[in-house]
Amino acid sequence: MKRRDFLKVGQAATLAYMINGNPIHAYASNPLLELLAKQTAANGRVMVMIQLSGGNDGLNTVIPIDKYSALSNARGNILIPQSKVLSLANTTATGLHPAMAGVRDMYNNGLVNIVQGVGYPDPNFSHFRATDIWMSGSDSNQYINTGWIGRFLDEQYPNFPNGYPNPTMPDPLAIQIGSGVSSMLQGTNVNMGHAISSIDSFYNIVNGVVDPAPNTPAGHELTFIRYIKQQTETYTKAIQAAAQKATNQSSLWPTTANRLADQLKIVARLIAGGLKTPIYVVNLGGFDTHSQQTDNVDTTLGNHANLLGDISEAVNAFFDDCAILKTDDRVAAMTFSEFGRRIKANASGGTDHGTTAPVMVFGKEVNPGLIGSNPSIPANAAVGDNLALQHDYRTVYAAVLADWFQLDVATMDKILMKNYFIQPIFKKTNNVDETTTYGSDDMLGQNFPNPFSRSTTITFGSEGGMTTIQLFDVSGRLVKTVLDQPMEKGKHSVTINRNGLPAGTYFYKLTNGKNKSTKRLIAVD
Amino acid sequence: MGKANRREFFEEFIAASAEKQIPPADDSIYNQYANKERPRGLSKTTGTLNKYTGTWSDDQIIHLLRRTMFGVRYEDVVDLRTMTMEQAVDELLAQQTTPAPPLNNYNTSTYTDPTGVKLDQTWVNAPYGDSTVNAKRRLSMTNWWIGNMIYQPQRRITEKMVYFWHNHFATEANVVAYAHMMYNHHNILRDNALGNFKTLVKEITLDPAMLRYLNGYLNTKTAPDENYARELFELFTLGKNYKPIYIEDDIKAAAKILTGWRYRTTNWTSYFNSNLHDASDKKFSSFFGNKTIYGKPGSDGAKETDELIDMIFTKQEAAKFIVRKLYRFFVYYDIDNTTEYAIIVPLAQQLVDNGWEIKPILERLLKSEHFFDMLSMDCFIRTPLDYVVGTFRTFDIQLPAWWKSDNRYKVYNYLRYYMGLLGGEPNQPPNVAGWPAFYQEPDYYEKWINSTTMPRRMQFMDLMLNNGFSAGTGTAIKIDPMHLAKKFYSPGDPNLLIDFYADLLLGIGISKTLKDSYKVASLLSYQTQDYYWTNAWAAYIASATNANTNTVRTRLVSLLTDLTHLAEHNLC
Repeated sequence: MKRRDFLKVGQAATLAYMINGNPIHAYASNPLLELLAKQTAANGRVMVMIQLSGGNDGLNTVIPIDKYSALSNARGNILIPQSKVLSLANTTATGLHPAMAGVRDMYNNGLVNIVQGVGYPDPNFSHFRATDIWMSGSDSNQYINTGWIGRFLDEQYPNFPNGYPNPTMPDPLAIQIGSGVSSMLQGTNVNMGHAISSIDSFYNIVNGVVDPAPNTPAGHELTFIRYIKQQTETYTKAIQAAAQKATNQSSLWPTTANRLADQLKIVARLIAGGLKTPIYVVNLGGFDTHSQQTDNVDTTLGNHANLLGDISEAVNAFFDDCAILKTDDRVAAMTFSEFGRRIKANASGGTDHGTTAPVMVFGKEVNPGLIGSNPSIPANAAVGDNLALQHDYRTVYAAVLADWFQLDVATMDKILMKNYFIQPIFKKTNNVDETTTYGSDDMLGQNFPNPFSRSTTITFGSEGGMTTIQLFDVSGRLVKTVLDQPMEKGKHSVTINRNGLPAGTYFYKLTNGKNKSTKRLIAVD
Repeated sequence: MGKANRREFFEEFIAASAEKQIPPADDSIYNQYANKERPRGLSKTTGTLNKYTGTWSDDQIIHLLRRTMFGVRYEDVVDLRTMTMEQAVDELLAQQTTPAPPLNNYNTSTYTDPTGVKLDQTWVNAPYGDSTVNAKRRLSMTNWWIGNMIYQPQRRITEKMVYFWHNHFATEANVVAYAHMMYNHHNILRDNALGNFKTLVKEITLDPAMLRYLNGYLNTKTAPDENYARELFELFTLGKNYKPIYIEDDIKAAAKILTGWRYRTTNWTSYFNSNLHDASDKKFSSFFGNKTIYGKPGSDGAKETDELIDMIFTKQEAAKFIVRKLYRFFVYYDIDNTTEYAIIVPLAQQLVDNGWEIKPILERLLKSEHFFDMLSMDCFIRTPLDYVVGTFRTFDIQLPAWWKSDNRYKVYNYLRYYMGLLGGEPNQPPNVAGWPAFYQEPDYYEKWINSTTMPRRMQFMDLMLNNGFSAGTGTAIKIDPMHLAKKFYSPGDPNLLIDFYADLLLGIGISKTLKDSYKVASLLSYQTQDYYWTNAWAAYIASATNANTNTVRTRLVSLLTDLTHLAEHNLC
């Protein structure tokens, strides 16, 4: 069943969730109810897409501390002094740019997942084309006129805008802050986004006013049309009502100019005001740091530092606001940029267009920590050297679709036009939950290495007796039985050999008497 | 459930929401913001009818083109730069070549014209046939007119004047019913578009379409029908709401004069039947100087109609009435005392003095310092025709050259329908008074913009900028955003390109700050350097690969979506 089918029985879902006041998990033996329970849990989830336009220098954002000698050779002129790098809990190998204290704090509080080395094969170095690739979710040589979020919303809300708004979806499907039409939100029929064209226009809507016009016949008619346009825009009333229900609460909102914070303030307010909008798109430009990326004297300062500081302050305040407004359980945000930058700095104190970069995902529901490893840096990087691809950007999108928005795998594949494995960014997975019943939490260990390409080892405990470890794919289909035999009570380990297993996300499930535990692993090529 | 392709989807969507569009009484948003009284305290021009001698640059050129044609074509702007203001106005007012008549667009594999007219041949000389073919021809006639507006080969005011007169002598095609009559009626308006007002009134009075529409053909000495006589006074010549004014008995007397006129459906002419004519003497009130028009027996009774029209045209009010209406159609709806005395009164006097010739009046108005004053610019709310036809003209949307009229008229038919959704379907005015936007105090043009039509205007641009519509032709008709840009001398400069689009598309100008924000968000994809657009455009021009085309198209569509969604896009 697809979500669109689910929507048609939306009333039933609400009802089902409340049977006897018990959460619907009590009826989990019924597959339909199980699905409804998932969908209900996904309801109200919000993803904020933070676009960093220009190509963010990943190496100066999430800094591989263990690569400092190679980094000094490649980009000594812009390198952050090692002593200034912000360290992260649980890792000494990776740190953050010193302007990102807010993100560091969030990371240490378990609110950040960083996926290293995100990009796609055969990378494009043009801003426009690379942006279009990220927006559409296409391959490097593929031209798609729809956006990946547009296709997602098309699946969720078929026939939009015909029949919308309606009682099930009274609000914009996506809100974009800023002018232009975000191609990420382009659906098959229409752009699925509602644009709040500027910060001022939002406050105009909230206050029911329009921009001033000259006191002339033209100005008189312009003002009239502006009012009619504002007041007849499908979602003006919904936005007004939401904005009136909530105000920004966090004391962390920056008091100095911060373009991203201005946008996220609006987002926080609209979410807390009760909009059912699942997608927000915000943008921060200026990352195209070909020259003067840093201050000439102090590399911790300068243009790039200011941008990262803006992100850090804005995101930190945003999630603080969400926590105070009690929406933080259902809000996540991620950064992305059309590409990273070159390993070797140029002579203008900047960096040229590169390939992969880290993606940061924020929220209470993320698996805290890092996915992937620090990029490898040649000891003496040449001008043309670039960072290797670790994770296809669509594996991140897959996590957003499958785990955050809880889409079934077939729909996710359709949206992404191929099967991608689901990065373990979020704690709760969709089709198979990472759960432990009865047994202790540590009876099933995380496989190592993970992701793996040839073989990986799982440690587990047994109470004695028949012990089974099975491997399932993301749709819950049994792929392989790894172990199925009586075991002694105690700690054991078992190795899974890849043996032709396709790249992707899998779940391994331990069953030992009434003890059951499931965790996720990833196979990569 | 199967997904409709995007075009079908839009067509269904639009079809599902068809209805007549005047702001309904319960449009609370409209009621809140539209004029409740005449706008007061605005800075308005005090310019007179003295000839304009100021700057002749794009502001003035575009103003003139917008007001006298539908939308602005860039080629016209370029041409007018090489002319003087007077040359430009003279050319616009010159005689237009008569367009070829409407064609059979309706023969299909399953339908053939019963009178033998073949596809792409004109039906105007063929006999009536039957009600089925008549209905098809009626649509053919309206759609032909829309085609004339879009693809008029010359730079002339004529199409806009035909619209003016259509609104003035408003007839509904569905009520007139006969396609031939509507076509002949239309030709009276077209032939006299810049001609003599009195002649036009005379021809309209005896026009079979009008005889049908306002029951003139039922007007008999034993049962006079006052319908046409009333509208002749109130709507077509003298107007109302002033004192002293004609009285009810004057209308009764005029109705008697007009008894006996009938039409034929064989050759679509009118004739006078003296047996049905009231040959008594008709006495008029003091408003007409207590004039008596003496009844005439036999065929001479027809001459009473000439005397009636002569009598009406002794009144200065008839001149003021039509001049005010022209002013509201070409300048602004609000006529204050300053405008009344500086513009209306002298033009009305000139109209009387020159024997009711319209063209010299328009020429004087369109060449005046009043017309070209900055305060007269940008305050006209684009009509549904300005909006829809203007979009086709400005973006130069061409139909495949090999198409026959069947496909061409399908496209026009879709536009006819969409103009209806915007409240202004040509040949279907709400009633004989024409569209309220041209006459109803105190909100006038504001009526075009209401809760229903405002979103539909933006949807039209979304439709045209994205997948377009096919209207059953199998071909998507849509804006090619690169096509217009290529006409510009410097499309690779994002700043100049936005200025170029804004000049053509927006009424009142927008700030540099706003333009910059559109540039950065759309053309530069949030990059800071202009050369990213410059390079992308150059790459596209050098080689229009999928990749290069996609890159510039998505960015132009984004920009044009923003620009055409602005309130300013509804002004001209």
